[in-house]
Amino acid sequence: MKKLLILGAGTAGTMMANHMMKKLPEEDWKITIIDQYKTHYYQPGFLLLPFDLYKTKDVKKKGEKFIPRGVNYILKKIKKIRADKNEVILENETLSYDILIIATGTKTFPEETEGMDGKGWYKDVFDFYTYDGAKALRNKLRTWEGGKLVVHITEMPIKCPVAPLEFAFLADSFFKNKGMRDKVEITYVTPLEGAFTKPKATETLDYLLEEKGIKQVVDFNIEKVDSENKKITCYSGREVEYDLLVTVPTNLGDELIERSGLGDDMNFVPTNKATLQSKDYENIFVIGDASNLPASKAGSVAHFEAEILEENLLRYIDGKPLKEEFDGHANCFIETGNGKALLIDFNYTHEPVEGSFPFPGIGPLKLLKETRMNHMGKLAFRWIYWNMLIKGTHIPFVSAKMSEKGKKFDN
Amino acid sequence: MESVDLNEEGYLTNFSQWNKEIGNAIANDNEITMTDRHWEVVEYLQGKHVKEEALSIRGIKKSGVINIKEFYALFPGGPLKVSTKIAGIPKPKSCI
Repeated sequence: MKKLLILGAGTAGTMMANHMMKKLPEEDWKITIIDQYKTHYYQPGFLLLPFDLYKTKDVKKKGEKFIPRGVNYILKKIKKIRADKNEVILENETLSYDILIIATGTKTFPEETEGMDGKGWYKDVFDFYTYDGAKALRNKLRTWEGGKLVVHITEMPIKCPVAPLEFAFLADSFFKNKGMRDKVEITYVTPLEGAFTKPKATETLDYLLEEKGIKQVVDFNIEKVDSENKKITCYSGREVEYDLLVTVPTNLGDELIERSGLGDDMNFVPTNKATLQSKDYENIFVIGDASNLPASKAGSVAHFEAEILEENLLRYIDGKPLKEEFDGHANCFIETGNGKALLIDFNYTHEPVEGSFPFPGIGPLKLLKETRMNHMGKLAFRWIYWNMLIKGTHIPFVSAKMSEKGKKFDN
Repeated sequence: MESVDLNEEGYLTNFSQWNKEIGNAIANDNEITMTDRHWEVVEYLQGKHVKEEALSIRGIKKSGVINIKEFYALFPGGPLKVSTKIAGIPKPKSCI
């Protein structure tokens, strides 16, 4: 009996358990998935929770509901991967594997920045990338009377790179709807040179920021949070004052990767960007945020990766060469407030441009344009996530590789 | 001085065309007077480039070559952007 071991039962790991259970013969393969937490969070919902647009029950469910029957589901902390021995060490237990899938994701580490998780933490300094942070921020926003709101990114890469922008847009609508927009000054502070890393999308997003009266501070590399004087300082000496700081702390891979000596200097696993095989061990594959791929850390990327990884695992088992197919495809809704959203679709080589999706020339979704239909798409996505995506059901009309049809490229 | 190929942002497109004289010229354009300390940092960046290792502020922090405060003092403004231009290597891409 051969063994496939999946580390992490988040979006990527759960999808792979579902994919491989359907493909691998039960009499030959035993599939095991390991995670230390019993709750599966719908992480895109953490953006909407602070504004009371989602309730806590919308963003969490029991993980076991999504693990297919026949897969061995272990709820334990993973101590170490011993890649040279094909073993994973848990508490009181050591498991061996023929193939290992690492899907341990990325986490936020506020302690990486001086003063961030100090006296002000969850008083006037918040993150919304964790369930606890998003909930604490919701409680704060319910009674906050206004002042300087600073939305901040510590360093790249981060999970869901558009989420902080969406937060700023939604904050603008939230305070407008409360009739207190004039009491809130919103500033968006980023280490990048503009709102986004891709020029076409930055143009559109810059326009939206300006339209909504959100100030931008770019090229800001944070040195410390001074919670006494309520300001953040850049290494260059620039300062930005806040009354309420909503920050995206440093994102790193799980400490397990560091303990196991398998990561780069941000604990992400060096991975072949086209095949998803780890660079150091041929029987270790990496999916989702845990890899060092130069793609967005987002659920949609993990979804597209899963289709290609499934095929490559089957090829690896059959001793065939792996397909170099993954193109970095990402597809993200960007909430822009007031019931509208943008949609962007891009990959390693093509930046987001205007067009229609998923049907060329028809849509119904418009790329890089603010529409109500895109917002409906984002809301519908929660249903798709729980009912199709993590169960590994193919989403009709949306392919793993990005389509260039129906898009307005310059060249 | 021989001619070099630059992209629209003024970065060398071919590192093999780089030499110290060119580095100095780019530094002057950016109002930086190169010192031994500047060159030490430039050499470190070039070493990373040759090994195809990505550059980031975090990487610099962990490098032991220079701390970030001094990095900003040597290459004011956006130190990674300016120093890589002088070093003749591509502008670091921010992963998204």
